[in-house]
Amino acid sequence: MADIGHDAADYAPPAELEEVDLYHAKSWITKYVFSQDAKVIGIQYALTATAIGLVALVLSWLIRLQLGFPDTFNFIDAAGYYQFVTMHGMIMVVYLLTALFLGGFGNYLIPLMVGARDMVFPYVNMLSFWIYFLAVLVLVSSWFLPGGPTGAGWTLYPPQAIMQGTPGREWGIIMMLLSLALFIIGFTMGGLNYVVTILQARTRGMTLMRMPLTVWGIFVATILALLAFPALFVGAIMMLLDRVLGTSFFMPHIVELGEHLKYGGGSPILFQHLFWFFGHPEVYIVALPAFGIVSDLISTHARKNVFGYRMMVWALVAIGGLSFIVWAHHMYVSGMNPYFGFFFATTTLIIAIPTALKVYNWVLTLWKGNIRLTLPMLFSLGFIVTFVNGGITGLFLGNVVVDVPLSDTLFVVAHFHMVMGVAPIMVIFGAIYHWYPLMTGRMLHEGMGKFHFWITFLGAYLIYFPMHYLGFLGMPRRYFEMGETSFVPESAATLNEFITVTALIVGFAQMVFLFNLYWSRRNGIVAEKNPWHANSLEWQTPEMPPGHGNFGKELPVVYRWPYDYSVPGVEADFIPQNVPAGGTATGAE
Amino acid sequence: MFVAIILILVAVGSVLFHLWSPWWSTPIASNWGYIDDTIDLTFWITGVVYILILFFMAYCVWKFQYREDRRADYEPENNKLEWGLTILTTLGVAGMLAPGLIVWNDFITVPKEATAFEVVGQQWAWNYRLPGKDGKLGTAATQNITDENPLGINPNDPSGQDDVLIQSEDLHLEVGKPVKVLMRSIDVLHDFYVPQFRAKMDMVPGTITYFWMTPTRTGTFDVLCAELCGVAHHAMRSKVVVDNASDYQTWLAEQETFAQSIAEARNKTKTIKTLASK
Ligand code: HEM
Ligand SMILES: [Cu+2]
Ligand SMILES: [Cu+2]
Repeated sequence: MADIGHDAADYAPPAELEEVDLYHAKSWITKYVFSQDAKVIGIQYALTATAIGLVALVLSWLIRLQLGFPDTFNFIDAAGYYQFVTMHGMIMVVYLLTALFLGGFGNYLIPLMVGARDMVFPYVNMLSFWIYFLAVLVLVSSWFLPGGPTGAGWTLYPPQAIMQGTPGREWGIIMMLLSLALFIIGFTMGGLNYVVTILQARTRGMTLMRMPLTVWGIFVATILALLAFPALFVGAIMMLLDRVLGTSFFMPHIVELGEHLKYGGGSPILFQHLFWFFGHPEVYIVALPAFGIVSDLISTHARKNVFGYRMMVWALVAIGGLSFIVWAHHMYVSGMNPYFGFFFATTTLIIAIPTALKVYNWVLTLWKGNIRLTLPMLFSLGFIVTFVNGGITGLFLGNVVVDVPLSDTLFVVAHFHMVMGVAPIMVIFGAIYHWYPLMTGRMLHEGMGKFHFWITFLGAYLIYFPMHYLGFLGMPRRYFEMGETSFVPESAATLNEFITVTALIVGFAQMVFLFNLYWSRRNGIVAEKNPWHANSLEWQTPEMPPGHGNFGKELPVVYRWPYDYSVPGVEADFIPQNVPAGGTATGAE
Repeated sequence: MFVAIILILVAVGSVLFHLWSPWWSTPIASNWGYIDDTIDLTFWITGVVYILILFFMAYCVWKFQYREDRRADYEPENNKLEWGLTILTTLGVAGMLAPGLIVWNDFITVPKEATAFEVVGQQWAWNYRLPGKDGKLGTAATQNITDENPLGINPNDPSGQDDVLIQSEDLHLEVGKPVKVLMRSIDVLHDFYVPQFRAKMDMVPGTITYFWMTPTRTGTFDVLCAELCGVAHHAMRSKVVVDNASDYQTWLAEQETFAQSIAEARNKTKTIKTLASK
């Protein structure tokens, strides 16, 4: 078993370089506002993402109110509805999930988990956050400009996105494209940081195959993002030129309201290829960090090593690689050459194999574990259920011919919410309950947490599971109202009311969660050091919360993988990574 | 215990919902029953996996719940098990993919006897064009559009003169006759979708897209737009009526051809002009 990365050794390679001195903040402003400390930047990212995410949450209530109770709310008209849907979708996917996983968790955890004092380019890291912040402001500004935000759908398909018949044609679409461009610039700065830090700044003994899966997940996701976002970037710039300067990248000859427009010769489908070349990897940009984090949560709280660590790493890499050759499964009925269907259906279903393996390895980690039903564990279980459910419906949509009746129906809405909405958010919650004591020194309130978990998990399941069936029925997505049809029974309206009420209740539970975050900072139980008895380095810092520079005088040296839980012959049921072979955990008493 | 019970309830509840839910695919009205069959097959394979995983989790959570005096197993890897699961999963995936691709091949291979007709989308209305007596559709392009020729049919193409135009009215099809649906849009993306036919395809300005099918029962069905096309997307509706042969012929005979509609439009402008000059 010598080649397996988790064998413990006394030997650690000597330091190759002397430590570089850190940037030290001199004032309150450089410490908390224009901070160059990755931990502060991580929290800044998380707070901004949460704030804009709340906007998206409120928008989802408005969408649901309209779908559940059409003709009831005068303040929601069709134009407003499409604007809500568009902004909700884009904010959730890009400005909340991507920013929170990579900017938030990435910044906070990478240096701590690989045993570094900070990111390698702290100044660029600071710029990354502030450009993201600017992107959010630009996005929000579209509400206050004439015409309001764009209602083109989060996919922004041209020609519609830049034409009169779509709300927000005046300014909304311009602001959206600019904001995305900014987001990508900011992300690239952060992303390069994450990758270089992981490759270059790991502490002694932290081989790649000794990194926690959290770091692996964030690492692979960041590489995907660095490769995928440029496609969106060029797409956004080209559309901006079409809109503002009248070029015709995506615009064929068009007659609008009886008038021939000046466009001609462009291809709307080209945009779709660019969008989904980004858009599909985007799913994994959100999912892979969640995969990584949840592996660590399950292992720590089941007191058992992650089952098949090497397989888990290779599966992450395989999924990341494959995710670049499946994009056109979003375009089966787009009018592209139908023969592409054979290729993309095959690659899409192949990607299911490494994904399924990850699921097996999670549940096999539970097998013969010593499972603590803590909040992080509960959310991890919730993640597995919703992720498997959403992954399964992905097999429907990926199998090209099955996608034909289902695409653009509520089945798709239910599928992607389950798999990239609910499931990763379960992980985010689990992660917050897990790392909150590290960040604040206090535990989150258990009772409020349980309430939050059960309402969110069961509620989300009740919202989205039945929604698939409305899709089978043939109800299209992005419909302001169903109106009269001959095929939708009365009962579908009742189901829609039920879904809306449930969504509002789930929304309320999130307020309880936010209150818990706020309340526990002062009133939570004071956390003991390393409260979950975890092995990874972030818990082994001399202070908790970790101070500037993370590890005090000396960087830790790593002697083993992070999953030495319940090792036979050792009394404590965990051995931190910085304990040499034969040593015992400090703080395990 | 509690968590395990909930997990089992989720599994069992999902199955019961599936069996008893009143919401399911509309009764099919086309030849694409194979698509429904592929859906059923996928349900079986994935459903079994889903239930197994949930039960397995429930068992673990119940059986291996934390006790101070117990220790977890230490087993980092198990090659045999991991490879076994990989192979099983691959078989399951192949079992869904292979039939899926075969049906897809049918879906994109248009039979020779299929007659072509055209759907033209615009914000926010549906138009149709059927070949006239010559059995051929004339060429068309957005560039040709004028007030009197709103679908952009090539005025110089003789085979287009007798094409039958249906503007913002119901489309009729003949039961049992395979059709190739050609789709065009003059402004933005739309998508021709009839739930009972199981087929849909985007309509893209600048190109012509297609699918084929055979209507298998008579009746009136809703046509919906399934690709976001602007603020009245949800209101872009039409109907397709599937007739038996004689009803279809009666209906067809009453429809206007392209040449007739041009003549009529010109007459109208003439009368308006003469009225105005008076
Ligand atoms: C609070 C829970 C949420 C609720 C109740 C909710 C509800 C909805 C609804 C009703 C729609 C419109 C469906 C339609 O077009 O008919 C929608 C669209 C969408 N949602 Fe959510 N959502 C929630 C959370 C999320 C999350 C976490 C994500 C992140 C992946 C997300 C991503 C999207 C996307 C991408 C769209 C599509 C937007 C478009 O069609 O352009 N949602 N959501
Ligand atoms: Cu995809
Ligand atoms: Cu339309």
